[in-house]
Amino acid sequence: MSNKLGVYICKGCGIGESLDCDQLVKVAAEKRAPAVIHDCLCGAEGVEVIKKGIAEGINFISIVGCSKRVNFDIFQFEGCMIDRVAMRENVVWTISRENYPAKTENDDEYFIDHVQLAADDYIRMSLARLEKVKIPEPFKLESISKKILVIGGGMTGMSSALDAAKAGYEVTIVEKNSTLGGYASKMRKQIPVGEPYETLIPTMVAETIKDVQSMKNITVKTNTVVARLAGQPGEFTVTLKNPSEKIEFDVPFPLPDDMKVDANGKEYDAEKLFEIYKEYNKGKKDVLTLDPNGELFGAVILAAGWRPDVLTADGFAHLGVGDADVITNAQFEEIAAKGKIVRPSDGKEAKNVVFIQSPGAGDDRDFNYAGSVTSMVALKQAKYVREDYEDGKAYVIYQHMRTPGLTEGFYKNMQQDTGVFMTKGDVTSVEKKGSQLLVSAKDTLLGENIGIKADLVVLAAGMVPATVDDPVVNMAYRQGPGFRDNDIYDGYADSNFICFPYETQRTGIYAAGCVRRSMTIEESMEDAAGAALKAIQCIDSVNRGVSVHPRSGDMTFPDFFFQRCTQCKRCTQECPFGALDDDEKGTPKPNPTRCRRCGTCMGACPERIIGFADYNIDSIGSMVKSVWVPSEDDYYGAPMRILCLYCENDAMPALEMAAMKKAQINPQVRFIPVRCLGSVNTIWIKDALAQGMDGVFLLGCKHGDDYQCHFVKGSELADVRMAKIGDALGSLALELERVGQFEVAIDDYDKVPGIINAFVDQVVALGPNPFKGF
Amino acid sequence: MTIDKAAPASASVLVVGGGISGLTTTLETAEAGYEVLLVEKNPYLGGRVMQLNQYFPKLCPPTCGLEINFRRIRENKKIKVLTMTEVEKVEGSKGNYAVTLKISPRYVNENCTCCGACSDVCETEIENEFNFGMNRSKAAYLPAEMAYPPKFVISPEISSDDKKRVQDACKYNAIDFSMESKTITVNVAAVVWATGWKPYDATKIDNLGYGRHQNIITNMMLERMASLNGPTQGKIQRPSDGKAPKTIAFVQCAGSRDENHLPYCSYICCMASLKHATYVREQYPDAEMTIYYIDLRAPGQKYEKFYKKLKDDPKVFFVKGKVAEVAEVEDGNITVTAENAVSGEKVRQTVDLVVLATGMEPSAASDKPNADLTFTEDGFIVNDFKKGGMFAAGCANKPADVVSSNQNATGMALKAIQTVVGR
Repeated sequence: MSNKLGVYICKGCGIGESLDCDQLVKVAAEKRAPAVIHDCLCGAEGVEVIKKGIAEGINFISIVGCSKRVNFDIFQFEGCMIDRVAMRENVVWTISRENYPAKTENDDEYFIDHVQLAADDYIRMSLARLEKVKIPEPFKLESISKKILVIGGGMTGMSSALDAAKAGYEVTIVEKNSTLGGYASKMRKQIPVGEPYETLIPTMVAETIKDVQSMKNITVKTNTVVARLAGQPGEFTVTLKNPSEKIEFDVPFPLPDDMKVDANGKEYDAEKLFEIYKEYNKGKKDVLTLDPNGELFGAVILAAGWRPDVLTADGFAHLGVGDADVITNAQFEEIAAKGKIVRPSDGKEAKNVVFIQSPGAGDDRDFNYAGSVTSMVALKQAKYVREDYEDGKAYVIYQHMRTPGLTEGFYKNMQQDTGVFMTKGDVTSVEKKGSQLLVSAKDTLLGENIGIKADLVVLAAGMVPATVDDPVVNMAYRQGPGFRDNDIYDGYADSNFICFPYETQRTGIYAAGCVRRSMTIEESMEDAAGAALKAIQCIDSVNRGVSVHPRSGDMTFPDFFFQRCTQCKRCTQECPFGALDDDEKGTPKPNPTRCRRCGTCMGACPERIIGFADYNIDSIGSMVKSVWVPSEDDYYGAPMRILCLYCENDAMPALEMAAMKKAQINPQVRFIPVRCLGSVNTIWIKDALAQGMDGVFLLGCKHGDDYQCHFVKGSELADVRMAKIGDALGSLALELERVGQFEVAIDDYDKVPGIINAFVDQVVALGPNPFKGF
Repeated sequence: MTIDKAAPASASVLVVGGGISGLTTTLETAEAGYEVLLVEKNPYLGGRVMQLNQYFPKLCPPTCGLEINFRRIRENKKIKVLTMTEVEKVEGSKGNYAVTLKISPRYVNENCTCCGACSDVCETEIENEFNFGMNRSKAAYLPAEMAYPPKFVISPEISSDDKKRVQDACKYNAIDFSMESKTITVNVAAVVWATGWKPYDATKIDNLGYGRHQNIITNMMLERMASLNGPTQGKIQRPSDGKAPKTIAFVQCAGSRDENHLPYCSYICCMASLKHATYVREQYPDAEMTIYYIDLRAPGQKYEKFYKKLKDDPKVFFVKGKVAEVAEVEDGNITVTAENAVSGEKVRQTVDLVVLATGMEPSAASDKPNADLTFTEDGFIVNDFKKGGMFAAGCANKPADVVSSNQNATGMALKAIQTVVGR
């Protein structure tokens, strides 16, 4: 079917008053696009006009009126490509007629009508785009596995398996130990989960194992770990193995940094690197080799849990670490699970137990990886002492008792027990006194330093996530076998997004439970349900051929023109989601269902061979080129043209809110929204400057450890690329100040007009681009 | 999505409440392929977090995630949204509920282009609840810049003169005073209650002087003040005279962990006050702040780091001790009295501004859903997974921060789906 263009121009919301709409029709006619003007397109009558055009065969439609952020549902037409021109926000509201009056009879032909020029350009840009885009068709896998793999058979893993199974999905749990249950099976009891928070409850382990075993659609494989997980959501090929085995499908690891350089610290060349890499991973198949005997899964839940932290004497000598009767909470739990609380040193009854919540030494922070769990565990374990011995006494010394939310009820109940003594305090020493230990603390609530004689001292060690020691998932991904940013979160497989807690940067693989944060059993089970939902949702999205969050429902995917690929590997390296695996030559192998459609690969590619149906190098490039750049031949003191490529997720709404408040933007700027700054290919910038535009700037999200980029790395990568383009400009004798990149958060709507206008002033001060008119 | 138009007769899942938890449940359910009806009693989505300036510990704007969520809603045909809608009652049982909804009139129809002409001419002013009454707004208003759906609202309090004025000003026939509240019934398989929370009424905490002294404000009021779209355009100032505060006392557990008020811990207030200290610091490099606390609940690696940042600030002081009383002295200054629990000394400190870290009360405590649910004594909805069918997400279930609420809300999406699948 051929594409038939149609332009619909709305006169509402002040557009008609500000602009010469007949002139816009003429601009459209230059592109042989018929244009219709209507008083209020978003009204029922207006929509009918568009529908009439569609009935006559129009299918590539430019709707000139308001931003795509509003009236989305109204301007949705099946089978049509819609381009929304934000004439109201980008022109009428931000370039007011008060500041830039229309041409009058007294004005000569050299009068610069800034408002109309901008409007004309946006019509050209829209039509240029529509010529270069296609209606997307979803990417569908030939066959799709809907099975879910759960890594870890503890409470989180079992719970997520049950939740997914109850929604009708087939699930396999792999557990590295010989039995299900994880840490919870080593516990005596569990902290209460509901009012009145008085008594400890039996752990739910046995009951949960029974539930798992009773579900027909759950398979359990104990003594099993994932050797490698290859492929992509909907068709992960998984090789399972016994934990002690070494097999050829063990996942290869990327070279550690220190192996990439020679003795002088100089990096080896590519050939040598590959040689070392092969040697390093000797005996292992490459990531691209699929295990013919691998099992297929659609999505994965990582519930690998945690291990108790090991406290060593060098860090905590003042707490008596090293003494047999100074133990961690985990060791205490094991003793408690076996029977009455006794001392490890001599097996005697431990009736006086001191629980130390914080390492002290002048700092009020808890032990690493503690979370609020260790506070509650201390309360629970204090109760064990009281359960076991009528005359037992438990002492809890804390800096901050952390029983948040409703768990405060448990703390409150424990405070009623006269055999449990609790105080804030800074523990200064734990010393051997005969067969006992003397715990000394200062800054207590008693107003004096205290010394407590204890049979046993328990330290509230934290819960170290499994991902600190091991990638666990063992993804056969070129970027590496584990999640990428775990170092930001001290090794947790956590999300950086408060709004989107299940973001792992690895589509189809979702973490739950203590591998994400220290959690109680109750919290872990809740988290397990969330991860199970995400796994199911990913499978459903893959089945429909659409992207998952944040571009949920997007049917486009990156398309590669491989004949021109130079194997530079940039796309593989820069993809925030590890969606590409290159082969040994460096040719990328796309995995479309891993992809989130941000376009970072498109921005990275120096050969410009990557694009999406409705968003590609040519579509944006053509928009850039369609901007009319006036020169001195056209006007005395020709206006400048400055291109702004801005993030549609945050910078665009920020600017539109500024527009709503009628903030004024310099009329020499032309705005083009991009999916993410990561998708900005520097060719657009070079093209803009080469055609005589006077400056180019990018507006995108904050980067760094607290990044706000929805695609994780986009704005950061753009920053790197912009630094490099600076060199290129220098060689063209163009000033570096002609390009810029600014961080704009969505609530910076008060600042963004100032940022833009200041940049324009900076460019104006440099004078026109010397390439103008060539 | 479909906004406020012909209401559907059925959906798979009903989500009650369009705050961050309800939005999350809605989106996660719909993106897994199920039909969702989301009802929200306010004229806009986003709930409590719409009133926040930043989230802790990232100090990022809530609208950043909301914008993405609104886009996801906009582009998903499986989602229907009704604003200004409340649940009157739920009848039936798991898999087959009949829900009666009451929809209040917005007086603005779908023709609204959000041009703002009605607001420009409207003279009637109403109490601005969004800003906790710290200023007034026009009776024809957009609840916030980012309000979604982006449609104006007209308060029933609008004067009759203004009615004519706004109608004349609107070029798009978007204003309709003949709208009346209506009641509809929908059939759904599962219900997720994401009815959220409200700040505990600080006037009930007699000894802390809120309502008697102007320069004693609540944490949520500070949040609005610090917001660019708040009553002071983002400037933190004293309500009495608009002066920049040089000394501020934060009173933790204002109502929370108190048998006479909220016996539980409200989860967020410690982190919120630490965050507020960063707001103050950004505006006033020299301001001195004292945080009076019982326990500083900043658990976990991320929160500990955030807390550390404030501990490293030489002008932020921490005192373990509950504030016993407050008194207004000269110039509107406030003297707070507390006992330092560690030194045992009585602390008396006079400050320019007092911020009460008031806790969260579940909305269901005062506005109990008419449905077969179990509540805690304090009004939180207890999740009974064995029974199933109806679930509570986010702060309707327990006090929680945003990230935990979102986790919980995602999980509840699956519980609802299980009900639909099992039907």
